[in-house]
Amino acid sequence: MTLVDKKLNRRSFLKVSTLAGGGMMLSFSWLAGCKPTPEEVLTMPKEWFELNSYIKIGENGAVTLFNPNPEFGSNVKTSLPMILADELDVEWKNVFVEQADFYPERFDRQFTGGSQGIRSGWMPLRTAGATARQLIVNAAAQTWNVPAEEISTNAGFVEHQTSGKRASYGEMASLAGTLEAPDPETVKLKDISDFKIIGNSKKNVDGTKIVTGKPMFGIDHKVEGMKYAAIVQPPAFGMQLKSFDKSSVTSMPGIQDAFEVKIFKDDYGRNFFDTTTFPTIIAIVGNSTWEVMQAKKNLKAEWEEAPDSTFPMAGRGGQNMDIKVPGGLENSETHKVKMAEYISKPGNVLRKDGDPEGAFKKAAKVLERTYTAPFLAHNTMEPMNCFADVKGDKAVIYGPTQAPELIRQTIAASLGIPQENIQINLARMGGGFGRRAYSHHMTEAALISQKIQAPVKMVYTREDDMSAGVYRPTYSATYRAALDDNNNLLALHVKAGGIPESPIHANRFPAGAIDNYLAEGWQIESNITIGAFRAPRSNFIAGAEQSFLDELAEEMGKDPIEFRLELLKRAETNPVGENNDYDPKRYAGVLELVREKSNWSNVPAGISRGVSAYFCHNSYVAEVVDITIKDKQPVVENVYAAVDCGIVVNPDAAANMGEGAIVDGIGNAFYGEMAFENGAPTKRNFDTYRMIRHKEAPKKIEVHFVQNNEAPTGLGEPLFPPVFAALGNSLYKATGKRLYEQPFQPQLLEMENLKM
Amino acid sequence: MAQYKLSINGKSLSVDVDPNTPMLWVLRDHLDLVGTKFGCGIAQCGACTIHMNGTAVRSCQLPVSAAIDAQITTIEGISENGDHPVQKAWLEHDVPQCGYCQAGQIMSAVALLKENPSPSDEDIDNAMNGNICRCGTYTRIKAAIKTAAKTA
Repeated sequence: MTLVDKKLNRRSFLKVSTLAGGGMMLSFSWLAGCKPTPEEVLTMPKEWFELNSYIKIGENGAVTLFNPNPEFGSNVKTSLPMILADELDVEWKNVFVEQADFYPERFDRQFTGGSQGIRSGWMPLRTAGATARQLIVNAAAQTWNVPAEEISTNAGFVEHQTSGKRASYGEMASLAGTLEAPDPETVKLKDISDFKIIGNSKKNVDGTKIVTGKPMFGIDHKVEGMKYAAIVQPPAFGMQLKSFDKSSVTSMPGIQDAFEVKIFKDDYGRNFFDTTTFPTIIAIVGNSTWEVMQAKKNLKAEWEEAPDSTFPMAGRGGQNMDIKVPGGLENSETHKVKMAEYISKPGNVLRKDGDPEGAFKKAAKVLERTYTAPFLAHNTMEPMNCFADVKGDKAVIYGPTQAPELIRQTIAASLGIPQENIQINLARMGGGFGRRAYSHHMTEAALISQKIQAPVKMVYTREDDMSAGVYRPTYSATYRAALDDNNNLLALHVKAGGIPESPIHANRFPAGAIDNYLAEGWQIESNITIGAFRAPRSNFIAGAEQSFLDELAEEMGKDPIEFRLELLKRAETNPVGENNDYDPKRYAGVLELVREKSNWSNVPAGISRGVSAYFCHNSYVAEVVDITIKDKQPVVENVYAAVDCGIVVNPDAAANMGEGAIVDGIGNAFYGEMAFENGAPTKRNFDTYRMIRHKEAPKKIEVHFVQNNEAPTGLGEPLFPPVFAALGNSLYKATGKRLYEQPFQPQLLEMENLKM
Repeated sequence: MAQYKLSINGKSLSVDVDPNTPMLWVLRDHLDLVGTKFGCGIAQCGACTIHMNGTAVRSCQLPVSAAIDAQITTIEGISENGDHPVQKAWLEHDVPQCGYCQAGQIMSAVALLKENPSPSDEDIDNAMNGNICRCGTYTRIKAAIKTAAKTA
């Protein structure tokens, strides 16, 4: 709440307004991109009155709400303003929504990622809405000379019942805009039962723009005199630029220049999101995208193997560390061999309960299984791109980023100009999935603009985008279970790692449910860069864990849902250890809901069914996948999901997000794979990198939300991790074969006689 | 470079470009019609789908020199006010997430319904399989096409 207080404090607000009038923030465009919501055409007011950073109201009662967070498709631009509108107590049809640009003096946490948009915006935005509502009430109290406590609001109107006075917010907005903001700590928020907008589906505020092809993405941006740029990066991880022949391209039509771009200054301490695969690249600048892309193909460059190197990184606690980048050209086959060696090597102990070693010694039976998954590329549909206009010591950047605050620091250091002189405007992103939390494409565009002294739009080709790293790591996990003579579970051991990070969340289920438990991690260093990918680490370990629990339940002769519920009951009534980071009751709740909604025990004829459940990003999800076999290949018929993410702000959009995560999971489980030969990615475009397509999507997806009054938690990621095992477990039912290695599709093609 | 006269969304427009320039970049860079999107550049993702004489084509593989005598339609030209039955169905089903691929999806869907006003699920699967949606909105795309088929 302290942050809210800072932003809503009237004095800090006035300071910002003064700045806005005098400096570069003048170009902060209040009205750009306004769109009536929903389809009713609102009349523009003659004047807007600003009540706080998020809200302004016109004299005619029209309301503009700012979405602070970058939008990459998770619906924040609609859902966050819905929270504001409900507490402000206005009608949604009178609301314009605008995308805020990056403006840290006005907004907190302008970051999209970690499924935290709604969760961390919930109280600040409710408070911002309620505070503005109170300002309107206070203005009415002053105008009518009655106590504020006697004034009520309803759908954009203030009322004083005793005197019968009534006015629209628009009539009070001018005065309200001049009043001291009330202390956010004392402002009364709505009772949850009084929500009118939250919980009632609203259409995407940019829907019309999207279906009519209006410019809204970074790649769509154009200004007078703008140049176009392409980049050329080394052909493989572990390689660097040796030299290049500029004249191989500068004589081509439309080509202005080609030059080296060095992303970081030598002494720059990178932050955690500064991941950059190739710190030196070549830029080609010209008059059109096509011309610079043609020049890319012609450019003569020599590359060489890069030696081992280190770079300084500022740790999260402020301490600096040196990050080592090993030299060498890596291969996927070697990766697999190296990872397999860890099955028998000890790892780092991350959690230990009871006496797992003793339990395994006296076990009558040990079930041991190893699961693996490859590197994955994010493959956002809009390739990395950015517009930049650097003039002297000022810069304007417009492009796709999930994390403007972090990249502004980087751009400032690389350009050598003060952070506050860099204006970052937030484009709608054509997908993110974690990839655009790493925004070095913005730094590259800024450096190109600085060099050519002109505005520029830099666009990656798909091949550049897919081979630029920042991948989901490759992982391996070995699960072992000790059983006694009566098939009782004595102990569980998980040892998991990856290149270059371990996927383990040591304090998650089934930790807390098993007396003797051991979790170990390991990692192997690499020069292949990795980054957050929808539900980092969970996106692998959930599949391994939930596949293993399925096989274990079968070994123990138990129904897979019943078995999980028994473990959760134990974690609830008599938990093992103290750091269990999940709520076993809510976890069990989604399993019970999915059991009901899928009619779990009554499997339709011809259907093979698998279940899985996982907790991540503060939310609980259980999923059931139904498949059939047609022409010896699996067809995903139905997916049922049960989700506990607390209050759901925009239910239909939330279901859409869940459906997308399920499709994404099925696609990556069947087909997703990035591999390497001599350091070079073996796939560079969609002809070889297989993405899930229309035909392969489930025929039906149902997303069911647990109804409760808990504060909202994550949604964009939590439906993704459980799909892998629910699909794998259903494939086992259909084929009689357990799949331990992702992607599944190559193994299914090898199965001549599927069971059905 | 050469001068080309093109018919785009019912208007006659001229550009001065290299004959091999794909229509995708002619539209985006030279005519400021940026609704048509760049996704892969090799006709594998469908983001750049436009209509040439009413048929869906991938504009990243269509050189400007091959488009001179054709009627070209882009997402900006399928309706005056964004009220084509397919566009309306897209809004009704609230299909888009990030929205980047949707112009291409809509162009493929409009071409499908023109050829086949009441497509089966399998017809939709086949017609839409060339359009990747990374956000995974396929089930909504299918539902919207069915709605549009009923209202067209």
